[in-house]
Order: sequence, then structure tokens, then C-alpha cells
Amino acid sequence: MNSQTKTIVITVVVTLAILFAAFYLLLPVIGPSVMHPIMAEQMHGGGSPGVSASDLDTSAERLTNNGAFKVSFKSELDPIKIGSMHSWILHVETADGQPVKGATIRVDGGMPEHGHGLPTSPQVTQDLGSGNYLVEGLRFQMGGWWEVKFNISADGVEDNVTFNIVLGG
Amino acid sequence: MKKYILLTGIFLTLSAGILLGCSAQASLWSEAEVELMRSLWIGSLPELPPDPSNQFADNPRAVALGAKLFSDTRFSSNNEVSCATCHIASKDFQDGLQLAQGVGTTDRRTMPIAGTAYSPWLFWDGRKDSQWAQALGPLESAVEHGGTRAQYVKLIQEHYKDEYEALFGALPDFSDESRFPVPAAPIDDDVAAANWAGMTEADREAVTLVYVNMGKAIAAFERTIMPGESRFDLYVEAVLANDISAARDIFTADEEAGLKLFLNEANCTRCHNGPLLTDNDFHNTGVPAVADLPEDTGRARGAQQVLADEFNCLSKYSDATPEDCKELRFMLAEGEELERAFKAPSLRDVANRAPFMHAGQFATLEEVLSHYNNAPDAPNGHSELEVLNLSDAQLQKIMAFLKTLTTIK
Repeated sequence: MNSQTKTIVITVVVTLAILFAAFYLLLPVIGPSVMHPIMAEQMHGGGSPGVSASDLDTSAERLTNNGAFKVSFKSELDPIKIGSMHSWILHVETADGQPVKGATIRVDGGMPEHGHGLPTSPQVTQDLGSGNYLVEGLRFQMGGWWEVKFNISADGVEDNVTFNIVLGG
Repeated sequence: MKKYILLTGIFLTLSAGILLGCSAQASLWSEAEVELMRSLWIGSLPELPPDPSNQFADNPRAVALGAKLFSDTRFSSNNEVSCATCHIASKDFQDGLQLAQGVGTTDRRTMPIAGTAYSPWLFWDGRKDSQWAQALGPLESAVEHGGTRAQYVKLIQEHYKDEYEALFGALPDFSDESRFPVPAAPIDDDVAAANWAGMTEADREAVTLVYVNMGKAIAAFERTIMPGESRFDLYVEAVLANDISAARDIFTADEEAGLKLFLNEANCTRCHNGPLLTDNDFHNTGVPAVADLPEDTGRARGAQQVLADEFNCLSKYSDATPEDCKELRFMLAEGEELERAFKAPSLRDVANRAPFMHAGQFATLEEVLSHYNNAPDAPNGHSELEVLNLSDAQLQKIMAFLKTLTTIK
């Protein structure tokens, strides 16, 4: 190997090394555009703010576990803010789209990763008609993955649904 | 040719070096971390929320009267204790003692006052749901002020009649000793309770109303006690302005590293979040019991007490409508997580507030951080902590960061 080739090789290797180092260090900034969410999560580690459970289904409309009802919610606060007491309107339909009136609904939930429940005791306080129910007393006091579960009974049918809420910060 | 390759090499190396330099700076804080910092910044503190349970909360005359009552030692059984005895203005409205000292010794550490107007719950166990209801607790506690409401309303008549009437209207005449004996209050004291039971319903009501108004005036004063800007807030402002060099003039490398740990691995913001660095909620963090003190179940008992409290948001003494009392109406009243759960205090000015925890169990911040790092089992109930496995050097950095939360005087 003559000295000219050597110089080229060394220059290329050093430049590549520096470029790779720069790319790695830039990842947190450019990450969202180039990384798969799961990769980003691994990189941040479990304790990082707002990145847990990023592959969860966080849709606001879901079928109950046994398929009896189609349930959706609309939060008074959008986006939901940490530490703020607020209410939701829950809409309950049968699987074929008929509004469910006069249902009995219980609310539960918590943070599965932290092993604690909801900080408040939210309740359905009003049947607003047309399958809509007012849920009052919701408050999430920390960032991360929350579950809000509803147990719904109507016309002799009982079923459960869980909504995943992922809050940053 | 050789020269050309050499020049190209130097150029490439230099540009890669510059890119590396820039990226090191840019990657200091991720977008999520910057947003989390913004949420902790004092500039994110919303305007003081109204207190619908206290129609005098923002009345300047109530603030002035409350400030006087706060420091008046006549409102005690021995003429020596006022609110300011334990809530010392020069010490961030606390006393630096393990257990509060009134006319006797309490079972808990004095809490600071700054920013409590933002909290739905007062005391370590949240047994009160407004600042005015809180203020009335120690006044009739046998180990704090040690007096009774019957004594206090007479003092109002004697020393504060004009100020009281300008705010709350005509003061009843409490001078008839047979109708208004002292001591008298619905408390755990045989003489006071018997005297109270001997009064007419209307006279008891008249006394309690004046007593409640005292609390509302003290609360109006306490609402004005707020934390100020800290070095941490200046640092966040520099980061938000994307001025890394200014940020680095404000924080040392250790403080910056401590903040990074605080936001991430140390899990601090699970409970210490928002601009006051508290979620105003209750947590069992496995803090050890104190041998000589009675068993303390924390929020488990506090939740039952606030539901039964004669001065709660839904009581006839509150100015709120039931619609305003959502915190109380939708309060979590039962459950294992309430067992030995205590309120997460604000971390603003924390470095000035040793000893720490609800009964002053830890003398230093080192002990506190070591506790969180080791996450021991709770004496009762279940601790929310997880072992952190941080090194001593990392804990030192978190400590350096916590000291930046002190208000700049």
C-alpha cells in the first residue's frame, strides 16, 4: 500500500466515524423522522417522558371485549392536560349502530405500568339521551400510559371496554 | 494530486467535526424533554384559579385582615401561638422542625404555604379541601393553637370589630358569658364539648359563622403567598429561546446532568410535575414510620375526614355550588393506594426545607434521594417506588439540580 492510498483510507475512515457519531448524537432530534417508534422507545428507555407504550391502540372508538357495544368518547379537554379535572361524553351503540339508551355504566382504570388506579373516582352522572352519557370527575395526574375502563350493562347485556390514553410530560 | 486529496480530506474532516459539534449541542435536550421542561417552568403556571367556596378570597380587605390574624398570638390557649409560629415567613412559611410545635407537639411536619391556592387538597393527608377550611383546623387542635371558636369570636369582637364588619357585616354580640361560654367548640375536649352542647343552635351557628369568616380572611392572605422564579426557570427560558450558551451560563454541568436524570431515569416527574412540581395528589413512597408516633394511615383516613368535614366544599359554610365541588364529589375515597399515601409537596424551594417527609423522617436531601434510589417496602400499604439503581455520583447531580429550584431573592 503506498502512502497516497493510506492517506485516502485514513481520511475516509475518520470522516465516516465522525459522520456516524454525529448521526447517532443527532438521533434524538431527527429521530422521529427516521426511526421506527419502537426503536425510539428503546433508545429513550422505559422511564422517559411520554414514550411508553407507543404501539398501543389509542383510538377513541372501540368495540367492547365481547363485541356487544361500539363505544366512543369525546373529552371536554382536547388534548387532555395533566392534572386537570374534566369530563367526557361517552357514546354507546349496539354493534349494528343503534344508540344504547338507559345503560348502567361503571368507570375504572389506572396505570398498568405503575400498578395504581385512577386518582379520582369518575362517574357517569347523566344519561344525555341518544346513547350519550356524561362522565364527570376524570383527572390524570402524570404522564404515561393510562387505561380508562367502562363496564356497560344495557338490556340484560354486560360488556367491558378499555381505552388507552398516552399522555406526554 | 496528493495535495488535492489531502485538501479534500481536511475539508471533509473539518465539516464532519463541525457537524459533530452542532449535533452535540442540538441533542442536549430532545423535543419531549423540552416540552416537559416547559411544563415545569413557572411561566406555565396558570392564573390563580378562583376559590368558589370563599367569596372573600380575592378581597383586598380580607387579605389585610387575614394577614393580621395569621400573626396574632392571642388566638391560642396560651397567648403564644399564631399561624406564623410554625409558618415562618423568612423560612418559606415553615419551621424547619421535624414535628410542628404549637402549644404541644403534633404528629406531622409543618407544610409550606406557597402555591397551595392551586391545590384541591390541604394537609399531608388532604383532610381539608380549601385553604379556609385548612386554616380552621390548627386553631382548634389541642396541640396547635389549643383554643376554641367561642374564645376566638370574642377576640374578633374585642380587637377586630370594625375590620370584620366592613367585610362580613354586623358582628353578633358575644359578650354574654352564659350564652357564649369559653371554651366551647365541637371538639374532643370534655369541657369545650359540654359547653358547646349547652348552647342554643342559633348561638352555635352565630359563633361558627364568624369562625368560618376568620378562616376565609386567613385564606385570602394565604392565597397571595406564591413561589418566585428560580435559576431552573431561567435555565428553561434559555433552552426555550434555543440559547444553549446562555443556558450553560445559568447551570453548571452537574446541575444540567441532574435535571436530565430528574426528567428521565429518576422518575421524579411522575409525582413532581407541573409548574409547582407537584401533582397535588397522594402517594405511598414507603417512607418509614416513626417509632414514637401513633400509626399514620395518611390519605386513607384523610379522605374519610374530608368527606365528613363540617367545612368542606359541599357544606353550608362554603360559598360554592355542588357543581364547583367536583374534586370532592369525584374524590377517590377508598382503595389500597390510599393506605399511607401522603401528599407530594411542591419541590420549589425544597433545598431550604429540611427535614423532609410528613414526619420529618429524613434530615437531608441525601437521605431522601437514597430512599428513592433504594425503594424500600412500605411499613403499610404498597410503595409506588421502583428501585432506581442510580450511582452516588448521579444522586449528587440530582441534588445539585434540586438546589436550583430555590426562589431567587
